Amino acid sequence: MATAKNKLVQWEPTDIKKELLKKYPAKVARKRAKQILINEALENTTPEITANVRTIPGIITMRGCTYAGCKGVIMGPTRDIVNLVHGPIGCSFYAWLTRRNQTDAGVDGENYMTYCFSTDMQDSDIIFGGEKKLAAAIQEVYDLFHPRAITIFATCPVGLIGDDIHTVARNMKEKLGDCNVFAFSCEGYKGVSQSAGHHIANNQVFTHMVGENDEIKPGEYKINLLGEYNIGGDGFEIDRVLRKCGITTISTFSGNSTYDQFASSHTADLSCVMCHRSINYVADMMETKYGIPWIKVNFIGAKSTIKSLRKIAEYFGDQKLIDRVEAVIAEEMPAVDAVQQDVLPRTQGKTAMLFVGGSRAHHYQDLFAEMGMRTLAAGYEFAHRDDYEGRHVIPNLKVDADSRNIEELEVEADPARFKPRKSETELQSLIEQGFRFKDYDGIIPDMDSGSLVIDDLNQYEAEKLVELMKPDIFCAGIKEKFSIQKLGIPMKQLHSYDSGGPYAGFQGAINFYKEIDRLVNSRVWGYLKAPWQENPELSATYVWE
Amino acid sequence: MRKVAIYGKGGIGKSTTTQNTVAGLVEMGKKVMVVGCDPKADSTRLLLGGLAQKSVLDTLREEGEDVELDDLRKLGYGGTWCVESGGPEPGVGCAGRGIITSINMLEQLGAYDAGEELDYAFYDVLGDVVCGGFAMPIRDGKAEEIYIVCSGEMMAMYAANNICKGIVKFAQSGNVRLGGLICNSRAVDNEREMIEELAKKLGTQMIAFVPRDNDVQRAEINRKTVIEWNPEVKQADAYRTLAKAIDQNKMFVIPKPLAIEELEQLLLDYGLMEA
Repeated sequence: MATAKNKLVQWEPTDIKKELLKKYPAKVARKRAKQILINEALENTTPEITANVRTIPGIITMRGCTYAGCKGVIMGPTRDIVNLVHGPIGCSFYAWLTRRNQTDAGVDGENYMTYCFSTDMQDSDIIFGGEKKLAAAIQEVYDLFHPRAITIFATCPVGLIGDDIHTVARNMKEKLGDCNVFAFSCEGYKGVSQSAGHHIANNQVFTHMVGENDEIKPGEYKINLLGEYNIGGDGFEIDRVLRKCGITTISTFSGNSTYDQFASSHTADLSCVMCHRSINYVADMMETKYGIPWIKVNFIGAKSTIKSLRKIAEYFGDQKLIDRVEAVIAEEMPAVDAVQQDVLPRTQGKTAMLFVGGSRAHHYQDLFAEMGMRTLAAGYEFAHRDDYEGRHVIPNLKVDADSRNIEELEVEADPARFKPRKSETELQSLIEQGFRFKDYDGIIPDMDSGSLVIDDLNQYEAEKLVELMKPDIFCAGIKEKFSIQKLGIPMKQLHSYDSGGPYAGFQGAINFYKEIDRLVNSRVWGYLKAPWQENPELSATYVWE
Repeated sequence: MRKVAIYGKGGIGKSTTTQNTVAGLVEMGKKVMVVGCDPKADSTRLLLGGLAQKSVLDTLREEGEDVELDDLRKLGYGGTWCVESGGPEPGVGCAGRGIITSINMLEQLGAYDAGEELDYAFYDVLGDVVCGGFAMPIRDGKAEEIYIVCSGEMMAMYAANNICKGIVKFAQSGNVRLGGLICNSRAVDNEREMIEELAKKLGTQMIAFVPRDNDVQRAEINRKTVIEWNPEVKQADAYRTLAKAIDQNKMFVIPKPLAIEELEQLLLDYGLMEA
């Protein structure tokens, strides 16, 4: 018994795919087959996966809703904007502080993240409409706190009864005078996943805040960090490293962010994109409207952090910065190497599965690789095809009814504020040296041949995968946490980091090595079954068996 | 107690027909409650002699949960209990949800209890069954018999057929049945024959033919049912006939809605025969 539990039936990837699909009705199996991909090297191209399509009804998906993506992910981490949820109280309460995004209240001390704001809609508000109550709630927030901005989030019932939240916001903004008020039509039922909510949030942030403050901030090398949400303090660690290098973060979208960061983000000279999925379109709009180029970075993993720092330094091209970055790397790495060397004998050869986010399933493979751990299977909850296969597929993406439902902003160069950060020749010479702007190759090229890439994994498939492939660790979110652990496999949440973090940057890598070492080498998972379940004194079967 | 819902195309005369019929039932000595399910709250105007009624939802909003039955209903002509569900202003909120809430509230407060000794509860429902809320009166065994008011005009017949589709849906899961079509005449050619044929095709009956008569309007301008305004006129008898037909009705069916081609053919056969 005990040995069978430990290792690892040798399955071919094709057999595993077949097993995953076996229980489904034919039509469901056909659809899911397109979202389950066996990674293989094809000539000149990456294999194609289906992503960003509706979850099949009846399947217990890992996905969240559009409201969760808008309120929880994008706007949740901002500290001096009051996020007011227009809806029944549960929508607000269960989207409040659940992602463990940390914040620093700053010198002004303005931090509303610890408050939960809601219009607390009742039956009578549904029947008679909630616009007056919403306006009253905005007024109440203003009278109590005088924040820089109040944002309003539509929940499902608001969309059904048709409350005009944008008009309420416009009127209240005019009435209050010194408080920016705007709204998000982010009803939970929109789109196919939380990705739609990210888009709705970012569009409104871009429309209503970016570009408001033209004041030039101090700093030699000024960047925006896009798609970093400061889970477990990741953003703090990245900021520490960047500061040490002499790089100034003008804005972070949106970990530990403030109103003024969004408003001044157009004064930075480079946009660095962490989570490609949730924000690549903002980076594009920043470039089109203000002339800020963007690059893909990744601060998850020590090697990736080094690569990203060097890339930023190369962009600015200043020897002083290049030297400073090298000095910081040299200073930080010994501690990282020491812990890595310590854990490596215990983690080498172990295996992982990652099903999380629109970037995390990719980024965290770097950390596992540094520990000598192989990723057997990975996939995203809400990513699109470009996050799997790379940005070259974007022109060929099919625009379906669901994506058409989400607004695409048309932006053009701002007549006053557009300023190319580099001349054409400077850009050209960087590119000739192998520097890559606005580029992302996706998760697939970085994964082993024969590994599985699965989009929108669900409860059934997750359990089946664990049962068949017995990874040493499984990474996903809170909904998966306990069902996986009950199978006797340690589970690490990569949405909220359980109670840990930061895992970004150098210090984060150290934290992650230690945490994963602790999890995969814990003997507790061997004791999940009681002795009498493993070796019963009596055995019997039921008559119907 | 018999629970009756009146449906039909908007403007066809549901409220007028319902109240005049109820007046006929009252004359026969029946105890009736009328529940208006229209946000405009004008379903009991003729029985009450005006629009003074405060709606269930208005009362709920102002009184919170502390409401009593007598806050919600008002005595009208001949001892009828009159209730208006009410609802939001046009263009805001959710009227359907309002109907669900107010009918639930009436039930909880015991408006339908045996102690009330009602012979009839009438639901007068707004226009078409556009969403779940407006189907509330025929859900969960609330109304058990339905009469559809229609005329020989195409859109009225089309709406009647559509409502039958809604009835089928709820009839399969509950005990709601169609009691018949009430033809509220618009003086269309061959109207009686056409509606009789439509009723036959739907598997039901035309339970009454109410002729067009300006006495209805004269009574309305006086905020009265015809029977109350002038019991002697011919139209009063028309409503007495309808009331009696409903009271004696034994034919309750699950309708068989027509395909659209069938419905159009019916209009061709009867409506355009002479053309």
